[in-house]
Amino acid sequence: MFGQILFITMALVIVVTSIGVVAVRNPVRSALNLVANFFALAVLYLFLYAQFVAAVQIIVYAGAIMVLFLFTIMLLNLGSPSELSERGEIKRPVTWGLALLFVIVLAGGVFVRLPEAQPTADDLGTVQMVGKFLFTDWVYPFELTSILLLIAIVGAIVMAKRRL
Amino acid sequence: MDAVPISWYLILSAFMFAMGVTGVVIKRNPIVIFMCIELMLNAANLAFLAFARQQAQLGAQVAGQVFVILVMAVAAAEVAIGLGIIVAIYRLRDTINVDEMNLLKF
Repeated sequence: MFGQILFITMALVIVVTSIGVVAVRNPVRSALNLVANFFALAVLYLFLYAQFVAAVQIIVYAGAIMVLFLFTIMLLNLGSPSELSERGEIKRPVTWGLALLFVIVLAGGVFVRLPEAQPTADDLGTVQMVGKFLFTDWVYPFELTSILLLIAIVGAIVMAKRRL
Repeated sequence: MDAVPISWYLILSAFMFAMGVTGVVIKRNPIVIFMCIELMLNAANLAFLAFARQQAQLGAQVAGQVFVILVMAVAAAEVAIGLGIIVAIYRLRDTINVDEMNLLKF
């Protein structure tokens, strides 16, 4: 019962902040909505036995990535909504309607008889367990990730240089 | 503590994904468009973790969580490159309205 109330509270926060990211005009407020969304999502990750992922969600997403976003907004001085006029057009209500339809279609697919949650070990999402599998079964994807990050570093430096 | 059925997580994930798609379609500010992409990636992460709970073997259950970590690494790389591109375009053209970015070369 307590778990259901907590889930519904967090789901409401996620729903409101997801709409907020899209509907708000000021990009800084969009970013703050997204931060709140990530925190509520981290709580849901705890429900799914993913303790390590929940911690990484807060540290990497809410910490590092969103700071990068806010830094760029401040750097380009885009804090005021008048910089980019988000004009009301015909495409906006049409898009919201299509989004609603998309939710119905995606959520409708859920009702095709899903298997229920399986019993699991209590230490499923701990650092030890995730690390053990990350460095044995998934070591090649993990190493590929390091190459991807290297490419991202090189690309960011190339992008930031004024003259090549 | 399986408080709620798995399908609730998936419906929530579907809603987050649809909001992300909506934002990518209607927004003109590329930074907000990137935030909406993050929203979609997080919806996928939530679905990964929810589906991982449906697996019987321990290896498959942990695999869902490993995938979420890999997705986060991809998202971090994507944000670093994307915001670099936005700053570079702003430096060249003094605007970042996506409706005006219709040339590959200028």
